[in-house]
Amino acid sequence: MSANYSIAVEFKRVMKSFGAKHVLTDVSFQIGHGQALCLLGRSGTGKSVTLKMIMALMRPDSGEVWVDQDNVVGMGEHRLSLVRRKLGYLFQDAALFDSLTLYENLALPLSRLTKKSKDEIDDVIRQVLADVGLGADGAKYPSALSGGMKKRAGLARALVLEPKILLADEPSSGLDRITAAEIDELLMRRKVEHGTALIIVTHDVHGARRVADQVGVLDKGNLVAFGSVDEVSQSENDVARRLITE
Amino acid sequence: MRWLSRFVEIVGKVGLFSLRVLIDWLKPPFEFAQLSRQLAEVGNKSLALVVVSGFALGAVMTLHTRSTLVTFGATAMIPAVQAVSFFVEIGPLVAGLLLAGRVGSGIGAVLANMRASEQIDAIESLSIDSFKFLVVPRVLACVIALPFLTLFMDFAGLLGGFLSEELSSHIAPALYLNRAFDYLQWSNFIAPTLKTAVFGFIIGSVSSYFGYTTDKGAQGVGEAATNSVVVSSLLIIVADVFLIKCIFFLFPDTAI
Repeated sequence: MSANYSIAVEFKRVMKSFGAKHVLTDVSFQIGHGQALCLLGRSGTGKSVTLKMIMALMRPDSGEVWVDQDNVVGMGEHRLSLVRRKLGYLFQDAALFDSLTLYENLALPLSRLTKKSKDEIDDVIRQVLADVGLGADGAKYPSALSGGMKKRAGLARALVLEPKILLADEPSSGLDRITAAEIDELLMRRKVEHGTALIIVTHDVHGARRVADQVGVLDKGNLVAFGSVDEVSQSENDVARRLITE
Repeated sequence: MRWLSRFVEIVGKVGLFSLRVLIDWLKPPFEFAQLSRQLAEVGNKSLALVVVSGFALGAVMTLHTRSTLVTFGATAMIPAVQAVSFFVEIGPLVAGLLLAGRVGSGIGAVLANMRASEQIDAIESLSIDSFKFLVVPRVLACVIALPFLTLFMDFAGLLGGFLSEELSSHIAPALYLNRAFDYLQWSNFIAPTLKTAVFGFIIGSVSSYFGYTTDKGAQGVGEAATNSVVVSSLLIIVADVFLIKCIFFLFPDTAI
């Protein structure tokens, strides 16, 4: 158990390889509740893998991944499902279920994981969809949504269970600046109003500057810089400095 | 020989995957809503294909059989030959192979696409057991739907055979049916029809295995669909041999 109860997520000396390729090498960091961490880095440096390890969709070769006082590495499926209820995950392409309407996408976790009545579920979904600006789109299938709407819908699904920690994989990729800023605004509101911890993988430095309390830079599997935006912009590591000041 | 060792390896992996399906079948929660959705997908949407194919096959078979039986003056046997061959072997096997194509490729492609687009990860992230949610209902739907679809194929074949024979000899429907079922016993009918539940299990398990376990992104979708059809079809044909042996052992009087 972690001694510090305010820690939302902590990596301790995490290593992960795919065959001969070392994706993460001895990565350690921590992020507290109510804080926002943006993970930056070039493509293929292990950012999305980091998120998947927090959700225990992938397991590290060695090291520990702590989520709100629980080490999820090697955890059984039953306990893992309890830990996952504290987490929300916005996937890169939203990963909405094609065969379900937007309403059904959101109702699925609510009907299975909570004891809410049909009316209560309707109320929650109406509220969450209104929050992300999709109040009139509940009956649509994912194929009928634009890229920006899909991201919002994915965010709505990630938020519907009111997670304590929200993981977002490139929430602004493929979006214009205005829509990207709107998504960032939604994330910030979640952090400020609900105290949700945010861990965001992004290539959008402008967004990271807006949202992040902490920035981590991954390069070739190593966490080469970690700290506030100002600290990382003065980092000795060239890649980290160039990424944050571009 | 490499292809043989590869095939054996796949059969082994599919076997373990199928074992997990059987174990998870019995564990709650039971996904009735998903099962009903999949039954509609597997059953309703395959019905037209099965009926039309059975009808055409029945008509063609009667044409071929007639030309042979005329030589022996045994055209009165046409309805019986048609019924026995359809209910005992042609209906179950052709239905199995047709559905390996239509349903197997569909399941393989859908699950592979869900894997590639992270929908399966999304299900897991929502604390839902993706295997129970996606795989088990699909396999179960195949097991339930196949025997019923086979019956539709059998009767469509009989109808096709009757119409073909009616055009040739103007046989009355009642006489055709009487002659058709004269030589057919319940054991000729029940066991071969139920064996298609095994075909359904093969189609569901094999296709789900290729779709659910793919890790090749978009390329994996096409591969999963193709592999699902090829391996399902092969296993159905191989399993048919063993199942016929089992049926003969359990119902010796069916060994005509």
